[in-house]
Amino acid sequence: MTPTDWLPARLRAIRALTPDIRLLEIAPSAPGTPAPPGSHLGVAVMIGERPDTRSYSLLDSGADGLYRIAVKRLPDSRGGSAYMHGLEPGARLSISGPRNHFGLTLGRPGYLLVAGGIGITPLHAMALALHQAGAPFRLLYAARTRQDLALADDLRARIGDRLETFLDEDHRRIDLHAAIAALAPGGEAYVCGPFGMMEAARRAWAEAGRPAQGLRFETFGTGGRHATEPFTVRIPRLSKEIVVSRNQTMLEALEAAGVGMIHDCRRGECGLCTVKILEAEGTVDHRDVFFSEAQKATNAQLCTCVSRVVGGGITIDTADRAV
Amino acid sequence: MSDAKAFPLNAWYAAAWDHEIGRALTPRRICDKDVVLYRRTDGAVAALEDACWHRLLPLSLGHLKGDQVMCGYHGLVFDAAGRCTFMPAQETINPSACVRAFPAVERHRLIWLWMGDPALADPDLVPDFHWNSDAPWVGEGGTFYSLKCDYRLVIDNLMDLTHETYVHAGSIGDDAITRSPFEVTHTDRCVTVERWMENIEPPPFWARNLGKPGHHVDRWQIIRFEAPTVVAGDVGVAVAGTGARQGDRSQGVNGFFLAAITPETATSCHYFWNFVRNFRTDDAELTKSLNRAHVNDGKGVYDQDHDVLEAQQRAIDRQPRQPFYNLNIDAGALWARRLIDGMLAKETPGETKPAETKPVGLAAE
Repeated sequence: MTPTDWLPARLRAIRALTPDIRLLEIAPSAPGTPAPPGSHLGVAVMIGERPDTRSYSLLDSGADGLYRIAVKRLPDSRGGSAYMHGLEPGARLSISGPRNHFGLTLGRPGYLLVAGGIGITPLHAMALALHQAGAPFRLLYAARTRQDLALADDLRARIGDRLETFLDEDHRRIDLHAAIAALAPGGEAYVCGPFGMMEAARRAWAEAGRPAQGLRFETFGTGGRHATEPFTVRIPRLSKEIVVSRNQTMLEALEAAGVGMIHDCRRGECGLCTVKILEAEGTVDHRDVFFSEAQKATNAQLCTCVSRVVGGGITIDTADRAV
Repeated sequence: MSDAKAFPLNAWYAAAWDHEIGRALTPRRICDKDVVLYRRTDGAVAALEDACWHRLLPLSLGHLKGDQVMCGYHGLVFDAAGRCTFMPAQETINPSACVRAFPAVERHRLIWLWMGDPALADPDLVPDFHWNSDAPWVGEGGTFYSLKCDYRLVIDNLMDLTHETYVHAGSIGDDAITRSPFEVTHTDRCVTVERWMENIEPPPFWARNLGKPGHHVDRWQIIRFEAPTVVAGDVGVAVAGTGARQGDRSQGVNGFFLAAITPETATSCHYFWNFVRNFRTDDAELTKSLNRAHVNDGKGVYDQDHDVLEAQQRAIDRQPRQPFYNLNIDAGALWARRLIDGMLAKETPGETKPAETKPVGLAAE
């Protein structure tokens, strides 16, 4: 739906931030305007022999004319991160944007930024912007081990003790309830991290009686409550049985099998690609933010762009009434 | 990808008179963006992009619910920061859903909007327009909304008052203007054009307001432009030889013509104007008549400018490649344009090239 203008660019430099996260510095062929915090860059990638696009949050405004992103190599990836990790300096790229679906509202009385793992990337840009604006904010950043804390040293040098880190290896977890309670009334929270963290943040935010629009989050659609595994989709009305591989979304698999689907966001937000669940032989891993928790519990529908099944298959019905 | 930009975005632009914005949704096009203005229940002014996130219907066609705007098509609701707070027929809200909110400041009887990077919207940068609101200055003012010309043509008009002689003959025009030298000075934000016409017959408008028939006068025009679009002209006459030029204006009458010009599109603008004075300030009838002298159903002096400016834009549109030739009298206008161009250049990508020797790392913000 969104018109995309592709622009040639060059990968100017690479730096390893952690064993599996790389910082990529991208020089566009034509300079762009500085991007507001929360913006992401579209990058054309090759998945096997198939062209596709991936979105990566910008680490800063790019005021010097360079775009910086950080990419984590994910074992469950559909192939985008592997492609990005295979690039060498000087590589030619096609980029689009930046665009922003995770805009930062200025002028709030307080800000709580919560990052989990590679979710630090958009919050890095927000922390720098809030710091520069002199706004009151905290950045809580959780990762598995010390060596997974990408960008933390750099951030600490810039924003000091507004950054607080939490490591699984130290058995330290972010206390979301306490952090939300400490946030000034009318303050906003911005969360980016694994699915479980975002769900916990949503629950804690609602329990604190805060208005829903004050909690902002960016969805990646790459993680859920369960590990990613292949599963089978049966559509009795169409007499189809389709295997969704590990590195493919259910929506992609349905389309590849010739099932007509409508969709828009591909991030589990809009609710257009939903299908009816007739029977779930396995566990449905709802990874969207479109359905409420109550709706997910009924297992009546799922968002095919992000949600998956583990431990078995699923039987669904689609909108196709041609047969 | 696009033509040269016509106006800087990182600036405060007048969008409305304060009394025009209340609990009604008021649409206005500012810098090629449709904006909806309204007053929140606490009295503060909110300015949102006037297009619903969902299907782009102007939000100004919806209605206010407290401090929030409900779209008149499918009922999506946005708060004053532009965040969606309600979506129909679903239990959650798409986290991407929002419309742009523009920083707004109420000052000097006007509502000013910042159309560029909100992080740069410093209220201290609102242009000096205090004559519009502060004692001893009194005036009513008005607006030409959607004046069909590039906003810079209005600045040209105000920065060179030679045109008064020809456009406004019979009121403020006078051959003395064209005979008197002027001086142009500038800083990085302001341009001043100063002209003194000493020991002249006062033109009809000023003779009337001075009320001292038979006297020659010293007349002054000290025009101050503040980039990108505000002009304040200190104008008046005093009995000739009574020391006005040296600073004693007690034997004279003084006014300011005020202009805050806001680009609507590349070829149209909103022209907020006023004429304020510091004499007979209690005379409400004089306030009315001075307003009528400026704009009065086609017969005021600004009505005359209005006709010239729109005709000029039509001519430019018909021969877009025809250059302007400049005269000595255009020095003030050209300095004003130079300051605007400087602001535009700052907003143009690529003005600062990335240093190839810089180590890999994070940008200094």
